[in-house]
Amino acid sequence: MSVQVDSGCAAPAQEATPEDFDTKGQVVIAGTVTAGSEPVSNAYVRLLDRDGEFVGEVQASGQGEFRFYAASGKWTVRALHAKGKGEAVVETDEPKVYRVAVDI
Amino acid sequence: MSREDVLVSTAWAEENLDTPGIVFVEVDEDTSAYDNGHLRNAVKIDWQNELQDPVRRDFVDKAGFEKLLSEKGISNDDTVVLYGGNNNWFAAYAYWYFKLYGHENVKLIDGGRKKWELEGRELVKDVPQRQQTSYVAKEQDLSLRAFRDEVVEAINTKNLIDVRSPDEFAGKLLAPAHLPQESAQRPGHVPSAVNVPWAKAANEDGTFKSNEELKQIYTEAGLDLDKPTIAYCRIGERSSHTWFALHELLGLQDVKNYDGSWTEYGSLVGVPIETGADA
Repeated sequence: MSVQVDSGCAAPAQEATPEDFDTKGQVVIAGTVTAGSEPVSNAYVRLLDRDGEFVGEVQASGQGEFRFYAASGKWTVRALHAKGKGEAVVETDEPKVYRVAVDI
Repeated sequence: MSREDVLVSTAWAEENLDTPGIVFVEVDEDTSAYDNGHLRNAVKIDWQNELQDPVRRDFVDKAGFEKLLSEKGISNDDTVVLYGGNNNWFAAYAYWYFKLYGHENVKLIDGGRKKWELEGRELVKDVPQRQQTSYVAKEQDLSLRAFRDEVVEAINTKNLIDVRSPDEFAGKLLAPAHLPQESAQRPGHVPSAVNVPWAKAANEDGTFKSNEELKQIYTEAGLDLDKPTIAYCRIGERSSHTWFALHELLGLQDVKNYDGSWTEYGSLVGVPIETGADA
């Protein structure tokens, strides 16, 4: 029997967030990191709050996808990659999926 | 102890990947990162499956740590150079853990896996074969580790530094923003704790800020650097990062990591809890 210990703080594997994604009543900020029109794989994506303070970071999937669980407010999503950096701002309100594209 | 004794650059690491007597160790919770590519000759340690007791909520004991390091082919004389994802959270946790069991020479790669990747340095999939050793650990150095009763006693007495995000500190969230909010315990923070999120100590590329910047950040947050300090977060790995900054980089003498952290404290019966932002 395996024992379930605390799931820790590591970022879960990132994947696409479909339109009908069950947010379980939470604000979800999801999107793709691109360079031009092409997705960029494995960028480091950080969520910053309205004051520019760090909130969380994930590594985007091989297809450039990322997802954060947040709250209502104004957020900056910032992507870092060997090829470059980029950011985008998103404002959230009631719980649902908010899409944001980040071009580097 | 100087910064160079505990932190190495990615460039230094790359030059020393084949140096005898230096063992690179990647520490992640998600070991698929290692499996998909790691530093040449690096071995992996699984934060959850190899460093935690499989039944009780505690670390593997001394004998377990000796067995683990022996199997990994790490000897007492080796310089262990740790790195990992998540801005070195788990590598910093492992660093603290290696110190707890008395390993002499341990270093962190500044910036960890992220900086290595952002610089486009080589990752390989070959898993090194290292000869088994007979590692001998010391008894846990409890001057580095805080337990719950000590945290309660530290309220309004010692520095308590809560390194979670402001929303976790205030009690609005129970886990970091990139995770589903699934925890069940009470939200909030230990009374008299100051909130200095771990990320304040790090640059965007995952490297630690300079000692001058670190000193300013902690002093401005209200930490009395002459007093004993206990750092905590949710499960003790982000606070290992801050413990590293305070104890290893700034050289403060009495700094403990409370690995029980909020998942323990926020579930204790009868202890005081505060909610809301920093006073």
